[in-house]
Amino acid sequence: MKITFPHMGNAHIAIKALLAGLKLEVIPPPPITKRTMELGIKHSPEFACLPLKISVGSFIEALEQGADTVLMAGGWGPCRFGYYAQVERDILKDLGYSFRMVVLEAPDFKLSELLNQIKDLSQKVTTLEAVQATRFAWFKLNAVDRLEFCLAKMLPRVINKEEVLAIYRQALQEIDQVTTRPQVNQVTNKSTAEMEQLQQHDQPLLRLGLVGEIYTILEPACNYDIAEQLGRMNVEVYRSVYISDWVNDHLLGGLVKPSNRREILTSSRPYLNYFVGGHGRETVGNAVKLARQHYDGIIQIGPLTCMPEIVAQSVLGEVGEKEGIPVMTMYFDEHAGATGIQTRLEAFVDMLQRRKKSNQVWEQGEQLNAHVPGC
Amino acid sequence: MRMYLGVDIGSVSSNFVLLDDRGRMKAKIYLRTQGNPIQAVKQGFSAINKELDEVGGEIAGVGATGSGRLLAGVLLGADIIKNEITAHGVAASWLYPDVRTIIEIGGQDSKIILLKNGIVNDFAMNTVCAAGTGSFLDQQAARLNIPIEEYGERAITSRQSVRIAGRCGVFAESDMIHKQQMGYPVEDILMGLCDALARNYLNNVGKGKKIEEPVVFQGGVAANLGLKRAFEHLLGLPVHIPEHHEVMGAIGAALLARETMEYSPSPSQFKGNAFVMDGEITSSSQECRGCPNLCEVVCIRRDGVPLAFWGDRCKKWESTLTKNRPIRSVI
Repeated sequence: MKITFPHMGNAHIAIKALLAGLKLEVIPPPPITKRTMELGIKHSPEFACLPLKISVGSFIEALEQGADTVLMAGGWGPCRFGYYAQVERDILKDLGYSFRMVVLEAPDFKLSELLNQIKDLSQKVTTLEAVQATRFAWFKLNAVDRLEFCLAKMLPRVINKEEVLAIYRQALQEIDQVTTRPQVNQVTNKSTAEMEQLQQHDQPLLRLGLVGEIYTILEPACNYDIAEQLGRMNVEVYRSVYISDWVNDHLLGGLVKPSNRREILTSSRPYLNYFVGGHGRETVGNAVKLARQHYDGIIQIGPLTCMPEIVAQSVLGEVGEKEGIPVMTMYFDEHAGATGIQTRLEAFVDMLQRRKKSNQVWEQGEQLNAHVPGC
Repeated sequence: MRMYLGVDIGSVSSNFVLLDDRGRMKAKIYLRTQGNPIQAVKQGFSAINKELDEVGGEIAGVGATGSGRLLAGVLLGADIIKNEITAHGVAASWLYPDVRTIIEIGGQDSKIILLKNGIVNDFAMNTVCAAGTGSFLDQQAARLNIPIEEYGERAITSRQSVRIAGRCGVFAESDMIHKQQMGYPVEDILMGLCDALARNYLNNVGKGKKIEEPVVFQGGVAANLGLKRAFEHLLGLPVHIPEHHEVMGAIGAALLARETMEYSPSPSQFKGNAFVMDGEITSSSQECRGCPNLCEVVCIRRDGVPLAFWGDRCKKWESTLTKNRPIRSVI
């Protein structure tokens, strides 16, 4: 059995580790390129969202390389994602590929349900080995998150952006290759230390929150790499979701590490009180949370035609006004022009900078007034 | 006298203005880009140079904006390269310090900019569709055999505008043809199109935005009196059109250049007349094979020497040129 899976940011590193630990032959999906996109767009319904198109493209490329089993995540609720595994299977079958599709569903009550699903994938391993593989994959996942977090922090701060990106890319490759926990730790520690030692500038930074649909946030190919683009403009980007959060909440049922999901959902009140599917409510909750932490602005991103994000967008206007934070929404699909995206990002960042400057002048003025001795 | 040059290279027009150090306009040039931005920069610059000789003074700073801002910035040696939104916002709040809403309709894009205390507070651009921008009006005027300059004057003679479906440019055209064949007068159709475009703008670009007084309407399309009337009618608010509405982006760029250079210790990066006017400027593009992204990298050369690279996502090419040269601002 040769197994493959969809791309989602850097998740492939952990998934590969998991499947290898289950003693399966893994064919990781090739990097998302123009060809991946073209294949996906050609064979997917036009009004489906970009995540579906990208994964269809990835699956085709992996099947071409000889994969015969496809691993996909399931889901539930009003978001179409829960249906994508089925749609993808039908599209690929119609194209004449023969393969088996395995859909991982989130456990309802206990972790062992998921573990049984994982163990069912491979008949060659004992339960203990399956547990070990899962735990090692989880370990790698957290290491990758640490690197991403470090990059988001250092990219706007360092002078030479290429250097920090090179260290980051190198570290990802190394984590992908190593096979023991101490090695993973060593790579992560070494790389984060290297990133932190690079020469930094002392210009003021803007802090910006990135909220929205998870796949668009996690997969740079899906968002035209806006986190990197913003980092190059000296903007510190706080991402509302990291891959380990998603795995924890959606595949592991929030059973592995403490989840801040409840807190986020609470802060979405009173703007949005109901589950609207996907991450609509999380988007609103995160926006409120970031506004209260005095971030300079929020960018909401999602794939075009994403219903949960459209609902969230209609609420975010009010959030921005009442919490006093500028919000911009960007939708992405295969037709999005890079120039238009660049212009809007630049304009938004510029607006935040000018706003901040004028607020500071104003605050200083107020302080000066306060210190003027009375007559 | 210290003069500031503002350049706005758009999809349809290329605009150049000269402001003196008190922000007064000394010269303006409005050209059609005609798909050749390099030529437009050369032509516009030589025209503005003649004007500069007449009024006297020297260029103390250059600002570039518009979709061709990077190109113009490289050819002229801009001190500041800014996006169109900031440039338009700066220009409008310079002329109308209390402006709250800017409606800007250009050749291929339309924007709404909301300001508070003279600072951009919110904005939106058209994203998926360009129905209702200058190019479409141009095309329709040509089809009806009316010079675009006379479009607005003809439209406002209408007493009863015809309702035209304005969501899609192509369907708007079929609807117009249909209405012509039904025998409606041309004026009414022209005004009907203005109404449809204004409605489309407010529904798409101005969606969910609070439009407050004073409203300023700028960009090339603001010359069209029919659209001004349509906006006033739909908004129920007076709409102001600045005297130099078609070059507001360039005015903004010049004002930004002045802001940058006024207290700057270093001299302007302006490369001088000879750099732009002499020397052959060529552009070429190539697919970079460095990684699976396969970016299309564009290179601008002057007499064979690379001036700029862009289009590379990893900035591999771009950084080969800028290694030792600090860029003051690229935002």
